[in-house]
Amino acid sequence: MIDSSWLTEFPDMSRRELLAIRQSLDSAYRTFSRDYGESIENFFDPLLYFLVWFENLLIETPWWLVLAAIVGLVYAATRSWKLCSGVLAAFLAIGYFGMWEDTMRTLSIITVCTILSICIGIPIGILMARSDRAKSIITPMLDIMQTMPAFVYLIPVVMLLGIGRIPGVIAVVIYAIPPVIRLTNLGIRLVNQETLEAATAYGATPTQRLFGVQIPLAMPTIMAGINQTIMMALAMVVVASMIGVKGLGQPVLKSITNQYFTLGLLNGLAIVALAIIFDRVSQSYAKRAQKHLEGTENG
Amino acid sequence: MDNTRETLIEIEGLYQIFGPDAKNVLPKVKAGASKEEILAETGHTIGLQDINLSVKRGEIFVIMGLSGSGKSTLIRHFNRLIDPTAGKIKVEGDDIMELPVKELTTFRRHKMAMVFQHFGLMPHRCVLDNVGYGLLIKGEKRAEWKPKAVNWLETVGLGGYEDQYPSQLSGGQQQRVGLARALCTDAEILLMDEAFSALDPLIRSEMQEQLIDLQENLQKTIIFITHDLDEALRLGDRIAVLKDGKLVQVGTPVDIVLKPEDDYVRAFAKDVNRARALTVQTIMTADTSKLEGISAKDVRDIFPADRGHAFVFNNNAYQGVLTKQQLDDMQDDDLLEKVLIKVPTVRRTNLLQDVIPLSLNTRFDLPVVNKQGELKGRVEASKLADVLSP
Ligand SMILES: Nc1ncnc2c1ncn2[C@@H]1O[C@H](COP(=O)(O)OP(=O)(O)OP(=O)(O)O)[C@@H](O)[C@H]1O
Ligand SMILES: [Mg+2]
Repeated sequence: MIDSSWLTEFPDMSRRELLAIRQSLDSAYRTFSRDYGESIENFFDPLLYFLVWFENLLIETPWWLVLAAIVGLVYAATRSWKLCSGVLAAFLAIGYFGMWEDTMRTLSIITVCTILSICIGIPIGILMARSDRAKSIITPMLDIMQTMPAFVYLIPVVMLLGIGRIPGVIAVVIYAIPPVIRLTNLGIRLVNQETLEAATAYGATPTQRLFGVQIPLAMPTIMAGINQTIMMALAMVVVASMIGVKGLGQPVLKSITNQYFTLGLLNGLAIVALAIIFDRVSQSYAKRAQKHLEGTENG
Repeated sequence: MDNTRETLIEIEGLYQIFGPDAKNVLPKVKAGASKEEILAETGHTIGLQDINLSVKRGEIFVIMGLSGSGKSTLIRHFNRLIDPTAGKIKVEGDDIMELPVKELTTFRRHKMAMVFQHFGLMPHRCVLDNVGYGLLIKGEKRAEWKPKAVNWLETVGLGGYEDQYPSQLSGGQQQRVGLARALCTDAEILLMDEAFSALDPLIRSEMQEQLIDLQENLQKTIIFITHDLDEALRLGDRIAVLKDGKLVQVGTPVDIVLKPEDDYVRAFAKDVNRARALTVQTIMTADTSKLEGISAKDVRDIFPADRGHAFVFNNNAYQGVLTKQQLDDMQDDDLLEKVLIKVPTVRRTNLLQDVIPLSLNTRFDLPVVNKQGELKGRVEASKLADVLSP
């Protein structure tokens, strides 16, 4: 009997070895970020300019004009006066309680993140639907993105890009993009096979099939994905504020550290209000678009 | 149908095996293993085996078989919606298995149109856009194809439904939209997968009649699938019977009914009420020789030597039957109309049961005319009797 401790204790690697691995990986990454950090930052510059521009636009335009534009958009999307008046009341309350500017900041970053997620997510979803190979590669990645605690992937992003809006946007997009990818894939795969065959039989090219049949028929499912994505982006607002994203998240963070219950509650409620507005508006828009396409169910 | 027509579509040694490793299962199937053995041993389903057939230009070729016999699978090969495990599919001599993607698309756009068993309509497009889909996909402008689409919709009895969506129509109406979509493309070959199965009996026989009429004018090549023998006999110039993915007999309607090649076909044919299932088409003698004129001298020289009687026409309108005897007894200037025997005409689409009384009432052949009244052939009483006596 030489050494039977492996029976009672896990035969793990020695601390020294682990340390060596950690150090070599960390220093390799540090070298990488020192060498490429700047060019990667430059790569994101256009996005940053757009973010800043959009945020300033929302903040510097007189509040009543912004409010009118928002209510106008909501009406255009939903054709429902009830929803419009709800939105109006919510924003008036937000402004009255002094959260207008933070709300505009959050609104701008959520809008940008949603647009980015859609622009990246839908093509990936389409790719996934077309190739089983792509699907088998992408699915586990999406699983990781959804379950990995946000703080873990914030570390390399912050090391690379520092603190600010861009890392915030990246973190939010990573967290929020999976639903739109998954549901685009699902929606396209669920399209009736005979309908697709009919398109093929009449000589539709793959592009005509995609844009003329698959995407329109998958639209209700894709819209559900977009809706989920928006909700998840809003849920990330507080986490993102930890790496310097301004908006409704920061006061919440401040109230946690200083135990300001009312401040936290008010800002939290503002986030909830934004979420409900986004949810109702996007759902009612999707429903309206669908009705327009499919006709009424069975006459 | 005459046998002189050229072959348009040819299928040689076609096999379709469903499963992940079809190529390796193929030798076993070729060696003669049965569908059940293959399924038990390898988990593969035999869809079709060793199909050889040729379709002639301008004929209605019916593929018949019970549910699950592989009809839909077979028809999907004609425009390569599925690729065979082995075999050749030739259209006008070209093997479509060898067409590059781009030419395959062109081929599908111009040569073939398909009616689907479950309609295959686009739920997000209105009826009109569905009907014009084949033309829209070719890049034709809506304004150009709209009148045509409206016209075909009216032909199938759905005028006024242009702006509805498929979900607002009944199954039978959707099927007719599918039919209009296929006809709207002007494709030479029509693939029809149980195109009339979703229709009620009345509209169904109306559509069958319409298809035969259309066929008289358009002369398309139609591959028609059905599980209903009566329909097959009514429409088909030739019928192929499919069983468990194998062709058991290919022949004319009369062949199928009168000379079934095996028990499967015999069982099908046994219950057929021949008088109600067969049409004039199946027994008529194609012969368009007729007498044209008003007096005896007009027709004396052209009276067919080998016949006892002939059909007289004037200005392309049928007048009646003239016998050799009558003609011989007449002076040159005697008018034919005084002696003509008024034997009624029949149409190709008439069922034998409607023709029997007419035939019994006369000792002459019945003239077969088309919609425009042009002579297409004749029905001889002896042939009628042959077909009806088992
Ligand atoms: N994609 C597929 N994968 C596996 N098996 C298939 C597939 N398509 C068809 N089959 C099998 O092929 C056989 C023939 O099917 P097919 O749809 O051609 O029948 P059918 O003659 O059109 O029947 P029906 O009259 O019910 O439409 C069936 O046994 C079916 O299980
Ligand atoms: Mg079928």
